[in-house]
Amino acid sequence: MSSHAPGTPARTYPPRPEAVYFYGTCLVDTFVPEAGMDAIALLEREGIRVIFPDNQTCCGQPAFTSGFPDEARQVVESQLGLFPGDYPIVVPSGSCGGMIRWHWEKVVGNDPALKARAAAIAARTFEFAEFLLHVVGFSRKDEGPATTVTLHTSCSARREMGTHLVGRELLARLGNVTLAHHDHESECCGFGGTFSLKHPDVSTAMVSDKVAALKATGASQLVTADCGCMLNITQRAAREDQDAGRSKPSLPGEHLATFLLRRTGGKQA
Amino acid sequence: MSTQAPNTTGQPIAFVSAQALRARMHDAVNDPHLRQSFRGAMDFLMAKRAAQFPDEGELDSLRSLSESIRQYSLSKLPDLLEQLEANLIRNGVHVHWAETPDEANAIMLGIARRHQAKLVVKGKSMVSEEIEFNHAMEAAGVGALESDMGEYIVQLAGEKPSHIIMPAIHQTKQQIAKLFAEHIPGVDYTDNVDALIQIGRRVLREKFEIADIGLSGVNFAVAETGTLCLVENEGNGRMCTTVPKVHIAITGIEKVVEKLEHVAPLFSILTRSATGQAVSTYFNMISGPRRGGDRDGPEEVHLVLLDNGRSQAYADEQLRKTLQCIRCGACMNHCPVYTRIGGHAYGTTYPGPIGKIVSPHMMGLEQTHLLPTASSLCGACGEVCPVKIPIPELLIRLRGEAQSAPHANPAMVGQGAGYDAKVSLLWKLWARLYARPATYRAFTWLATRFRFLTPKQQSGWTAARTPLKPAPRRLRDMVKDRR
Ligand code: SF4
Repeated sequence: MSSHAPGTPARTYPPRPEAVYFYGTCLVDTFVPEAGMDAIALLEREGIRVIFPDNQTCCGQPAFTSGFPDEARQVVESQLGLFPGDYPIVVPSGSCGGMIRWHWEKVVGNDPALKARAAAIAARTFEFAEFLLHVVGFSRKDEGPATTVTLHTSCSARREMGTHLVGRELLARLGNVTLAHHDHESECCGFGGTFSLKHPDVSTAMVSDKVAALKATGASQLVTADCGCMLNITQRAAREDQDAGRSKPSLPGEHLATFLLRRTGGKQA
Repeated sequence: MSTQAPNTTGQPIAFVSAQALRARMHDAVNDPHLRQSFRGAMDFLMAKRAAQFPDEGELDSLRSLSESIRQYSLSKLPDLLEQLEANLIRNGVHVHWAETPDEANAIMLGIARRHQAKLVVKGKSMVSEEIEFNHAMEAAGVGALESDMGEYIVQLAGEKPSHIIMPAIHQTKQQIAKLFAEHIPGVDYTDNVDALIQIGRRVLREKFEIADIGLSGVNFAVAETGTLCLVENEGNGRMCTTVPKVHIAITGIEKVVEKLEHVAPLFSILTRSATGQAVSTYFNMISGPRRGGDRDGPEEVHLVLLDNGRSQAYADEQLRKTLQCIRCGACMNHCPVYTRIGGHAYGTTYPGPIGKIVSPHMMGLEQTHLLPTASSLCGACGEVCPVKIPIPELLIRLRGEAQSAPHANPAMVGQGAGYDAKVSLLWKLWARLYARPATYRAFTWLATRFRFLTPKQQSGWTAARTPLKPAPRRLRDMVKDRR
């Protein structure tokens, strides 16, 4: 159930489409491009054509949540023309997906045409993992060795997109993967965008607790469908490793798309 | 109801400067004892609440019902307040209106003086904390004694509550044992919890008999019947409202509902959300002073209705949702920030998520503009709020009010108090860059091409993490070459 959003009723999913738009997000574009590539590969492997609008920049969320709605509006309005066809829009992040799905319509100015366009986009925007599970019906043979992983679900996937069970379900479809649940699983990792910059003390306390809980599972790695949380958690863990003089990462992380692709035979399969 | 701006000066509540707030947050997260005790207490309260709502569907419909009752009541607030006043007067209750904490205290001091009161015994009331009632009474030579066990402990320690439902949740039993041994004559140190409760009860029982005035809060005021409802667990609320000759109730103007039947769902979701109790031990319905033939009850009953910034929130459709609150405390129990810093770090009467959205109206944004930023917007508060207040949405709104350039006719006192020309300029540049795809592409191309120039110090980020570094190639470059 959502707090920002007017509830997240059980969503009706469309049939598997011929093509999708891929909205990579600014974070993936510049910092974790392999997560985007792997998500695209998973879709293409299923025979879905992936359109990557070259004019995509950012969903506007950083400005919006920081209290700069006008700056967010300018960016959102620059993105409204990117999806002319009637295809679903797939976003490899719960928080950017949540921004598009629940806030674009509010953020754009009072022009009814713009509002209608934002609403139409929102209605066909899906978080990548939810799309893979519910629309694509992902089901591939797990070809990797037996392993135990732990999963972090972002707060926006959990509370805005209502897709908190999707990651579990996808991992459950991999025969050799065991999911180890961590303590306080539903708690925030402490990222919160500019929160981590503005309140480093509290943010550090939160991410350190999250890292400890994830490590306590004994899992070999972290899997998550949000790159913001992933960078926050893994780079905190890396810093702890550094400070302790460990050379091997104690909590490596991968985007769910990367993990799924790797386990199921990669691009060629 | 007043339409004037709330009083933001001359209030005794501690000044919450941004710097002081940061320092307190820093100290709190670095206090392992505090971290451990709040984590344990919040885990306990979360589990108790969860056990009360095994059925998600039932919970959601009760939340929707409660939300609509609160919204309906607020939509008719001015009328309901008039109706409440008329019915209370008809029941023999004196009704007073206070716009500011000072006015509220002056009214109550006036009542105390008329009765030559020496001691006021108090049930739990967050509004009395909000106006620093004890402080005002003591300054005028009238004693004010807390009779709720948690409030009593906090009073002995010379502190403010750290939680709106569990005021002394930050105190260990050893600390309480020490306080009792130091402050209560003839009491030896014991950290046996039952013994401590018995000691507290004994002291307080004596005071009920000699107190001239009993003070209480109000959970719901029913307009149609002129009834004041009070939810409590210790029976001290009933004592305060029945034993002394005079009973004064104080509440915020938002607490009114129209009909008695509106109380039942709110009461049910309140106790279940707050302490995980199906019902509270006591539920008091106060409808006036003792009548001829009654064997007990006060001779005089007063109600003080306090504004203190509430009408400012009321005037704005979105901010009005703040007033839906029934003060259950669930938002703080589930807040990862509150869990780590405890209640005192906020420096406001109401801590936690509700404190962040309500304090700016009571104190002005000058003192509180940093509070709404101290949230990761994880949404846990909004998810559990029994009346569905969209707390994250309101935090974002308040961030905007605080940071936008000051302008005429602001919705809030202190609008623009957090305005920083440099920060605003940065966001303007950001928008320029990200709203122009060609410029954005050029920028990110440079950032990846010259990634070795990325600074190693990245303000708050690298305080605890390894630095961020752009990838060698962007997603868009890789997408183009993928076949
Ligand atoms: S905001 Fe909601 S959850 Fe928080 S105290 Fe008020 S009613 Fe309870």
